[in-house]
Amino acid sequence: MAQAVNHSGLRAAPGGARTGHLVGYLALAFTLMVADHRGRYVESVHHAAQALAGPVYRIAAAPSEIAQGVAENLSERRTLARENRELREQLLMLQARLSRLDATQDENARLSRLLDARERIGLSAQLAHLIDVTLDPFRQRVLIDRGADDGVHEGQAVMDERGVLGQVRTLEAGRAEVVLITDASHALPVRVARTGLRTIALGTGAGEELRLPYIPYSADVREGDTLITSGMGGRFPPGLAVGTIHSVKQGDVGTFAVALARPSADLSHASLVLLLRETRDTLEFADGARAEWQGPPVRLSGSASMAAPTPAPDPDAPK
Amino acid sequence: MSRTQGATFLFWGSIAAAMLLALVPLPATLEPLRPFWLALAAMYWALEDPERMSLGRAFLLGLAFDLLSMNLMGESALRLAVLDFIVLRFRARMRFFPMPQQVLAVFALLLNDRVLLIMMRTFSVPVAVSPALLLAPVIGTLLWPWAFLMLDELRQRTRPREA
Repeated sequence: MAQAVNHSGLRAAPGGARTGHLVGYLALAFTLMVADHRGRYVESVHHAAQALAGPVYRIAAAPSEIAQGVAENLSERRTLARENRELREQLLMLQARLSRLDATQDENARLSRLLDARERIGLSAQLAHLIDVTLDPFRQRVLIDRGADDGVHEGQAVMDERGVLGQVRTLEAGRAEVVLITDASHALPVRVARTGLRTIALGTGAGEELRLPYIPYSADVREGDTLITSGMGGRFPPGLAVGTIHSVKQGDVGTFAVALARPSADLSHASLVLLLRETRDTLEFADGARAEWQGPPVRLSGSASMAAPTPAPDPDAPK
Repeated sequence: MSRTQGATFLFWGSIAAAMLLALVPLPATLEPLRPFWLALAAMYWALEDPERMSLGRAFLLGLAFDLLSMNLMGESALRLAVLDFIVLRFRARMRFFPMPQQVLAVFALLLNDRVLLIMMRTFSVPVAVSPALLLAPVIGTLLWPWAFLMLDELRQRTRPREA
């Protein structure tokens, strides 16, 4: 690039006019990039381009969808029956676990009322499908099929059934871009579940790995420790599964140990994700009322009957 | 002669195919191998039909691709403009290179593009620089002769029908 600039400055080469053009375009590109990076002014352009982009994404996602459809058609009755049975068993187990969780939550609510904790937060979630396209192989980002029209907002936490996946970065009317927790630009406040140590999990930008570079040597962190969200920063509700530490080693600087963790969420194979919305309990009602265009809100903090999300008064509402 | 309808169709078809190929999902292990398809298409047209691939058009195609891939606006535009500029500048020589030499030139161009990309990325977000970043230019280079011959063959066919 620098050479091109020199060219235009020093001598009028045969393609002199073109060199001038190039410099102009480079300047324009830089201006655009800086504007996009700083102020994200270009978001309105993204919105405008949506009508154009929609069909393109659909075509690009078609091959994998067709392959999936074919696989489904080819799978035999026996396989389906087995899968069905397995899912039933799983459901039963989850129901059981959920009812136990319910009891715990009731108790928790009573205790927090005792402690006069007023910041009780309810969680409700909204299902979204991943749009199966690759945006950029060197960035961990995905597209989901819910957007601003569905009440999604920037910074909203996204998870799958196993743990935290990422957060919403940019919004369009019917789509949103999610930055995964493994993206190089992502930092996630976490807590080691066993010891309660709070630290930060950074994305590595490569594969399914998180890096925790700020662990004091005095801290007790071992292989196999699970990480959960700490709730610091306010974007992610506390207590969600993040990952499992698989190695702890000496850091480059010497003041901190570095741990590597594998995310619990299935970052490469998830196709259904949950968009979490943190609501004070009173707001959850409004969610239920808007359910017609959101799909059934799955309530995480409610009764065990997840299938029928009737907006019942929440047991942990502050009275 | 070159401004036939068939060639126009081929031009936009190749661009659309390049953009789609960039978005189609691949297994994670193959992901680093994905070549910059749009660069291959842009280089072909800059070499063979430079009027169709002016600097301005390369820039606009890059912008369109940035929108599609939700990249920083202007990133691909800059990469394509630089690529297009170099090809247009050395077009007279590159056109008459024998294929092996042309392939080497393409490799150099794709490598330069990769370096440019990493430079721009490091301004905004730290990039994990690894040898894997070189795989895409290598694959792109290996694909070049096939892409070139295929497009050339298709373009030859559009001619007699119109004439």
